[in-house]
Amino acid sequence: MIEFQNISVDFKQKKGTLAAVHDVSFRIEAGEIFGIAGSSGAGKSTLLRTINLLQGVTSGQVLVDGKNVTKVRGKQLREHRRNIGMIFQHFNLADNLTVYQNIAFVLRAAGKSRQETDEMVRKYLGLVGISEKADVYPSKLSGGQKQRVAIARALIGGAKILLCDEATSALDAETTVSILNLIQTLSKKLGITVVIITHELEVIKGICNRCAVMDGGKLVEIGGVYDLFTKPKNSYTKQLIGYTLGHDLPPEVLKNAEGLLVKLTFRGSKANTPVISDATVRFGVQFNILVGRIEYIEEKPLGVLYVNPVGETDAVRRALDYLKEVVKEVEVIEHGRI
Amino acid sequence: MAGFDLKEALVKAFKETALMSGVSLLAAVIIGGAIGLLLYATSSRLFVRNRIVNQTAGVIINIVRSIPFLILLVLLIPLSKAIVHTTIGPTAVVIPLSIASIAFFARLADVSFSDVNQGVIEAAISTGASKWSVIFQILLPEALPSLVKNITVTAVSLIGFSAMAGTVGGGGIGDLAIRYGYQRYQTDVMLICVVLLILLVQGVQLIGDIAAKLLDKKQ
Repeated sequence: MIEFQNISVDFKQKKGTLAAVHDVSFRIEAGEIFGIAGSSGAGKSTLLRTINLLQGVTSGQVLVDGKNVTKVRGKQLREHRRNIGMIFQHFNLADNLTVYQNIAFVLRAAGKSRQETDEMVRKYLGLVGISEKADVYPSKLSGGQKQRVAIARALIGGAKILLCDEATSALDAETTVSILNLIQTLSKKLGITVVIITHELEVIKGICNRCAVMDGGKLVEIGGVYDLFTKPKNSYTKQLIGYTLGHDLPPEVLKNAEGLLVKLTFRGSKANTPVISDATVRFGVQFNILVGRIEYIEEKPLGVLYVNPVGETDAVRRALDYLKEVVKEVEVIEHGRI
Repeated sequence: MAGFDLKEALVKAFKETALMSGVSLLAAVIIGGAIGLLLYATSSRLFVRNRIVNQTAGVIINIVRSIPFLILLVLLIPLSKAIVHTTIGPTAVVIPLSIASIAFFARLADVSFSDVNQGVIEAAISTGASKWSVIFQILLPEALPSLVKNITVTAVSLIGFSAMAGTVGGGGIGDLAIRYGYQRYQTDVMLICVVLLILLVQGVQLIGDIAAKLLDKKQ
């Protein structure tokens, strides 16, 4: 659907050039909700804008439906953009136009009749759930309502791709969830491919299927969201994810722990098995649970547990062997006094 | 003081001032507005960025704006003669007045357009709308409250300029004030003229402020 081939974007600066995006290649499939994560300045926004040519490329190709779009101009460019909706962090609605006028603009500019425009605007206002706000000016709307208007504006032209540029970063947690749910619903209902860029991994965890991680203009990791969160390979990704999930052990716990400290990571269905009590029953070892947490990513559980086994050395060793066999991911962090 | 009816003279002078300022203001808004749009469009990445056109237009505007209005009045006498076939009276003064106010308003209009949130323009362009659609349906409504404020500023300075035009026989309230109030020592006429100008400026400013407030939907 969307394919980046060796995309580089340089910005000329007073002293030399800045490589905002450097040699990035990957593919986004039709119907996916694809996330691009990274901190600010990572080049995500620049990369996203090469899809609808709000940003030109220095080298490389962007293929949309197999067609290189980096060179299209004029009427073809406008047609290309009509197939791609975009929403923004600060909504970017025209303040002096009503909600209705903001959305109708797209169709009027495309030469649609007044009647057809009216029917479509009513329909899309309903789809995003703000029918009663048609004649209100944006200043009277909440952030979430503004983003709903922006989504209607982005999709009313019949777009098959929706680009989200930090679309929930200015919203509170509750509104973020409702906007993400709306995007997910519309993506399924209208068969739209969604590309989300964000520095909030919660967003990616919430609705994306696959995700790319960018750092310093380069693509550092790409994969399924569950894999990325549970088995990050790149050190930058690990840092980003550790920070978001809070899987790191608080330093006080580490300092005060006596004896063995063991980290257990449960994936998928294993997260629901009572392995700890099994080990207690079988080997007579007590487990002191220090930190425990279960996350759901793509509706699959990911559990992390820090335990301190207490018992005879031999029994503890056998208990750990059992855990290694059942859980697979067992990490002995600290050897202390036993 | 035979033959001088103050009321009649005031009405005539007021009409002349209104004509001079009105016609020049219209020229400033249409032509100056278009030049302001050109300045904005040639400086914006989202439209047709073109340094050469932008800087050439900028230099021409600066030249016009750096000439004191009194000098411009004299300098443009041949042009007035060629266009309106007269070098005296309100009709002749309309030419230098228009040119000065076109340059004045072009700069202000450029500022009004540049103050429109670039993100809104970017969002409109991303929908696949043509640049003209974006200009007329998004940029203009968004810039309108600020444009109206700047039209008011232009109108007020035009009233001032048109009074100055009185010194070269341009007619209008300023002309009346100078000929009767100053040259014939009729202080009362001078005072009435000044009060009239004050009222006119206050009225224009008031209308402008109200209109700008009504058009602005941001608050």
